[in-house]
Amino acid sequence: MSVEILMPALSPTMEEGTLSKWLVKEGDQVVSGDLIAEIETDKATMEVEAVEDGKIGKLLVEEGDQAIKVNTPIAILLNENEELPNEVKQIIDEKKEKLVTSTFIVTSNDSSEKLKNITPLNYKNITVREALRDAMSEEMRLDNNVFIMGEEVAEYQGAYKVTQGLLDEFGDKRVIDTPITEHGFAGIGVGAAFANLKPIVEFMTFNFAMQAIDQIINSAAKTLYMSGGQMGCPIVFRGPNGAASRVGAQHSHCYASWYAHCPGLKVIAPWSSEDAKGLLKSAIRDPNPIIFLENEVLYGQSFDCPDDENFLIPIGKAKIEKVGSDVTIVAFSIMVGKALEAAKILKDNGIDAEVINLRTLRPLDTETILNSVKKTNRVVTCEEGFPFSGIGAEISAVISENVFDWLDAPVTRVTGKDVPMPYAANLEKLALPQVDDIVNACKKVCYKN
Amino acid sequence: MKKNISKKDININPNLNYDINLLRKLYKKMLLIRRFEEKAGQLYGMGQIGGFCHLYIGQEAVVVGIQSVQIEGDTVVTSYRDHGHMIACDMDSKGVMAELTGRIDGYSRGKGGSMHMFSREKGFFGGHGIVGAQVPIGAGLAFAHKYNSTNNISIAYFGDGAANQGQVYETYNIASLWKLPVIFVIENNEYGMGTSVKRASSGNNLAERGKGYGIKFEIVDGMDVLAVRDASERAAEHCRAGKGPFILEMKTYRYRGHSMSDPANYRTRSEVDQIKKNSDPIENLKQILLKSGVTEDELKLENNKIKETVNEAAIFAQESPEPSIDELFKDITIN
Repeated sequence: MSVEILMPALSPTMEEGTLSKWLVKEGDQVVSGDLIAEIETDKATMEVEAVEDGKIGKLLVEEGDQAIKVNTPIAILLNENEELPNEVKQIIDEKKEKLVTSTFIVTSNDSSEKLKNITPLNYKNITVREALRDAMSEEMRLDNNVFIMGEEVAEYQGAYKVTQGLLDEFGDKRVIDTPITEHGFAGIGVGAAFANLKPIVEFMTFNFAMQAIDQIINSAAKTLYMSGGQMGCPIVFRGPNGAASRVGAQHSHCYASWYAHCPGLKVIAPWSSEDAKGLLKSAIRDPNPIIFLENEVLYGQSFDCPDDENFLIPIGKAKIEKVGSDVTIVAFSIMVGKALEAAKILKDNGIDAEVINLRTLRPLDTETILNSVKKTNRVVTCEEGFPFSGIGAEISAVISENVFDWLDAPVTRVTGKDVPMPYAANLEKLALPQVDDIVNACKKVCYKN
Repeated sequence: MKKNISKKDININPNLNYDINLLRKLYKKMLLIRRFEEKAGQLYGMGQIGGFCHLYIGQEAVVVGIQSVQIEGDTVVTSYRDHGHMIACDMDSKGVMAELTGRIDGYSRGKGGSMHMFSREKGFFGGHGIVGAQVPIGAGLAFAHKYNSTNNISIAYFGDGAANQGQVYETYNIASLWKLPVIFVIENNEYGMGTSVKRASSGNNLAERGKGYGIKFEIVDGMDVLAVRDASERAAEHCRAGKGPFILEMKTYRYRGHSMSDPANYRTRSEVDQIKKNSDPIENLKQILLKSGVTEDELKLENNKIKETVNEAAIFAQESPEPSIDELFKDITIN
């Protein structure tokens, strides 16, 4: 009996991968444990072992094939002396056709199409991960005072491959591996920034930045004020924030409202590749301490991104991703994508939603929010974080204080549930805000249940 | 613990291999710190200074001895017991005192207070209120010195209390690994607030803890400004030669309570008196100066000049206006 060897999932967020190299050829005998292929995931290149004995009957994908979905057959393993049956060959050919898909693309929305028309920028389709890397390398080329440090940023090429290639280009003086000591290296970064260097401090996740939060708040955020304006701290703290996939309560926390709470910090939460690149470049050039909240699930997603090293996005400005008239959906980071999906569904239900991508959480672009509320008179806020004292609570207060009379329905929040993140797949899905939750909230404020 | 050198020792062995003008300078600086701190204590008592106010009286030899080996461009960072360090860095007494009184002419425009003062110009990077947090910052300043290929070093002061904070050891590890030019100065004044070192710290001494990280260390009589200077010279040379960090544990003593509101019931009056009588850094250096031919009259004159400087600072600090209301929203971020 022949056995299909499937594309393995090699990380919690991996949905597809590249078969970078076959280590066996058709006709080779393999025993369980033999290396058969190298697969490039969203995080690393990994070797894959055979899990059964047999003869490689057929390689179903070619070296270099990209975007092979997890659980797709990649090879057929035969028993000794078994031949590949003809009907299997036929099926293989059909499957192979299907495998040749392009990289996962999140389709651009209306306003980015519009942007294309009004700005003479060239666009290229890149992942958020590549956008972040390009932002850093471009800024490092421009300014020798910019350097990056963090766990596994250099020789390992980044725990999530965001810093891939930086060590080769800039050397170990400027791309620096640290020990696993967040408190210590965050403080060293702050000291270096006080001395006018421009550190980018990568946290493997913002969950681990809790170890360093004293340095971020008490040293980086407050010292300018406490020194009467003398001690600027031009530093970027960046890394993935919020839920990834099935990693439990200690690795899934969204810290947006924690940092946005504190004067002295600027807090940025990009969604698309364009956001990631334009905002990270602005963050590196900014003379203030910046919290740059990325999202692990978004790293591998591709978007059209301006291909221009002078492209910057101003900090503190939101972007209307989709213009609408019936309800305003305010979102940031991964929730922008979900909000746009919800808007599509709502359109079929006769509700025209406007989607605001906040981009920056502090300073908050209240003007864009308030103007939209004056137009739609209804607001749904979306975030992955907990409801209590969240970003949505703040937006709701700002709206009440400024445009209360324009509201036709209570401001409604779609948030993560008020529980530590569970591990079980079904519970995790329930704990996280989903597209349907946004759709339902929008219907509710439009009184169209 | 070797902490006392008596006047008798000095009489037997006055180390006079020092330039007399250097000794005069050290004396004047220590005396300025003491008089300044006495005045600050007085203003606190008058309600002119608010909040926490941690005086440096008794520990003057540490910062003055180390400062005497610093060169232009070296940087200093310390904790909240920081007035002495600022004066040692040649920051203006008036500006420091005006910050203590919370006035616009203070180094932080009245918005930092006793624990949070800075002078980029004088290489003084604070003034930090979180115990131990200044240690990685000091290493970060050293990182910048190295990154910029300068010959400068960073001096990171912390107390025996901070020596038990985890981030200190994270910093030791990285500083040693990356060979950062930083002197870690542990000002061991025997009490972390009200808890004696014996009750808070395991092991024989604090400096030795650097051993595990391969960091060289010395334990120094921090009441003897010349011993401090000698040890600092060795430490600074080590750092400037690119050999990585160095730890100096200064055995010192604070005469006053932890802060102005501390009655210091955890130690006896006689313990304090003994040290004042036998180990006072200023009095001991004075004896050396007198032995070296400096006259009582000259020292008296110096004392009067310093008193005048401090009085002027106190008047200035009380006459300087409070920050204007618009200062409330200034300097939160750089626009």
